[in-house]
Amino acid sequence: MELFSGGEIVVRALKDVGVKHIWGYPGGAALHIYDALFQQEDVQHILVRHEQGAVHAADGYSRATGDVGTVLVTSGPGATNAITGIATAYMDSIPMVVISGQVPRDKIGGDAFQETDMVGISRPIVKHSFLVMDASEIAGVIAKAFYIARTGRPGPVIVDIPKDVTAPHHRIPYEYPEKIKIRSYHPTTKGHGGQVKRAIKTLLAAKRPIIYSGGGVVLGDASPQLTELTRLLNIPITNTLMGLGAFPGTDPQFLGMLGMHGTVEANNAMHEADVILAVGARFDDRVTNTPSKFCPSAKIIHIDVDPTSISKIVTIDVPIVGDCGTILQQMIDQINDNKEILDQEALSQWWMQINEWREQYGIYTQPRHEPSAGDVIKPQDVIRSLYKVTGGDAWVTSDVGQHQMFAAQYYLFDKPRRWINSGGLGTMGFGLPAAMGVQLAYPSGIVACVTGEGSIQMCIQELSTCLQYGFPIKIISLNNQALGMVRQWQDMQYSGRYSSSLYEDSLPDFVKLTEAYGHVGMRVSNFDELDDKMSECFSLKDRLVFMDINVDRSEHVYPMHIAPNGSMRDMWLSKKERT
Amino acid sequence: MRHILSVLMENEPGALSRVVGLFSQRGYNIDTLNVAPTDDLTLSRLTLTTHGSDQVIEQITKHLNKLIDVIKVVDLIEGSHIERELMLVKVKANEAQRAEINHCIDIFRGQVVDVNVNAYTLQLVGSSDKLDAFLEAINYADILELVRSGVSGLARGEKILKV
Repeated sequence: MELFSGGEIVVRALKDVGVKHIWGYPGGAALHIYDALFQQEDVQHILVRHEQGAVHAADGYSRATGDVGTVLVTSGPGATNAITGIATAYMDSIPMVVISGQVPRDKIGGDAFQETDMVGISRPIVKHSFLVMDASEIAGVIAKAFYIARTGRPGPVIVDIPKDVTAPHHRIPYEYPEKIKIRSYHPTTKGHGGQVKRAIKTLLAAKRPIIYSGGGVVLGDASPQLTELTRLLNIPITNTLMGLGAFPGTDPQFLGMLGMHGTVEANNAMHEADVILAVGARFDDRVTNTPSKFCPSAKIIHIDVDPTSISKIVTIDVPIVGDCGTILQQMIDQINDNKEILDQEALSQWWMQINEWREQYGIYTQPRHEPSAGDVIKPQDVIRSLYKVTGGDAWVTSDVGQHQMFAAQYYLFDKPRRWINSGGLGTMGFGLPAAMGVQLAYPSGIVACVTGEGSIQMCIQELSTCLQYGFPIKIISLNNQALGMVRQWQDMQYSGRYSSSLYEDSLPDFVKLTEAYGHVGMRVSNFDELDDKMSECFSLKDRLVFMDINVDRSEHVYPMHIAPNGSMRDMWLSKKERT
Repeated sequence: MRHILSVLMENEPGALSRVVGLFSQRGYNIDTLNVAPTDDLTLSRLTLTTHGSDQVIEQITKHLNKLIDVIKVVDLIEGSHIERELMLVKVKANEAQRAEINHCIDIFRGQVVDVNVNAYTLQLVGSSDKLDAFLEAINYADILELVRSGVSGLARGEKILKV
């Protein structure tokens, strides 16, 4: 019988579970595994420049493909550097397996060199974790880890392996489990029949219905069912930041994003609705504004795979636990069978009201900025230009801040898994490594990273990884020489006292910096050259291009919820106007 | 309101820390906690008492169920049940005080389980209320040390928690 070392078993099990790429950074406790990786070709390792980058890249890969992102790091600092990325994935329910090296078994607990209790420090930000204490457990644990990561509500799973468990001299037979059974883990998929009936009855009785869908629809690949149901009933729909693209952004039934920087029409429609169908959304504080004032006249139906999401923030009238796609299909089938429709007159009045709001407040119907030649560039116009040049068909990753909100507002995503951002944790530094993950998954795809001069510096070292692996990412950096969102809040709430949000005298020359990393840098300062430079950037198909775009420093993101104590419909429209 | 959550879970390293971590992470309270392996040594039975609104208790229950190591959760307060807590109390007991303490422990159906010249160690089993009442009854005594096991319990009748 052929015998394998623990390190070889790790790699072989990864291959058997279907892993093609693993992102990571070597170090002492992981070296046996790295040696096993070196001696095979099934699993490709991508060497990053910082473990945070590895986790974000695996995360971006997962968001773009739906596959489980995979990471390999060493113990101690390798493990702690991965933590921010793991928390990012956890908050957005991204399926991921992180394998971390650990000090040898007999040294655990002795404050050994590069020892940290990875299972302990990661506990609040993982779906589950394993410490593998025997080589014979490795294959089974890895199979379970992937199963747990991708089923139910997905999330990151840690597999911590002491170095001696992977040692080359200890060789054992390889056994990969044919079937995975975990007696304490049975995620619900199909929706309860009675609840589905109640949901349909409630929805069809509505006069002012709205669908509010979130990242769960993207994660559950339920976009076709969501689109079908929405069109079948001709109901207005809004998406959360995480749900963008699950329903086509250019469809007339789409009201735009809701929430803190959502459209007025979406937020007004939520506030006035009599029935809300929430699908794979979690009533986040960036959506609800003040929970006690949230949608006062609405009956709420909530479809979610995670029972803890139900009635966590807002009390739900009709909860349905299960897989979004399965439940939406159950609803579609029953509605079709019974040939029931909504009150069409009420619905048409509702649409008239919504269209009035659109006319009055819409950021799409009424462009606020009419630029002239040589004018300063508005950040919104950069996203419009990006949208035009990429034909609305790029994968767009983003960092966190004003640029993220502008991208969410102005790039209309028609497909799911195209908009990739850190919604829950709000992790600056996410955008570039996430774009690497997307580009690895789709080597000939157009991948743009919308960022700012603040965020990009948090993981800028990955420019070197991009050169090594030839990722032709287009970095669209909205440079306003300030931490824009912080500055906006300081304008609005701290009388313009810019405490530690300015650094204009010490910013690097991003064009030179990019060139030093072996890529192409471009600077854009005037509005009249924006479209041409954008086209030039995307015409360089095989190169990473960093566009350092100087934008209006004073611009704020609007609309914006009035908080605290505001309702969904209370919004700032500009620095002075409000709803 | 007080609730008694009884949890059947995998007897795995780290399982307890996940349960305890959940409570501190989400700002829930643990009033008492008691855990030990069952007759099936692959399983542990954990009983904890907590308090909160119905909405909070529902969230706690759902979050416990969401932990991968947890197999079943039941709130014993929801049905008729038996709950017990063990208390050991070491009290100062010289000649003069012994009769009084003996009398009191008899009424509460407890036992004196250790004696020395100056101290009694008393053992009492019952509901938490009964233990509280006993402590109230011997408030004249000088308590040197006290340990309580935390509540454990079972539902009455044939209702059981199993895999």
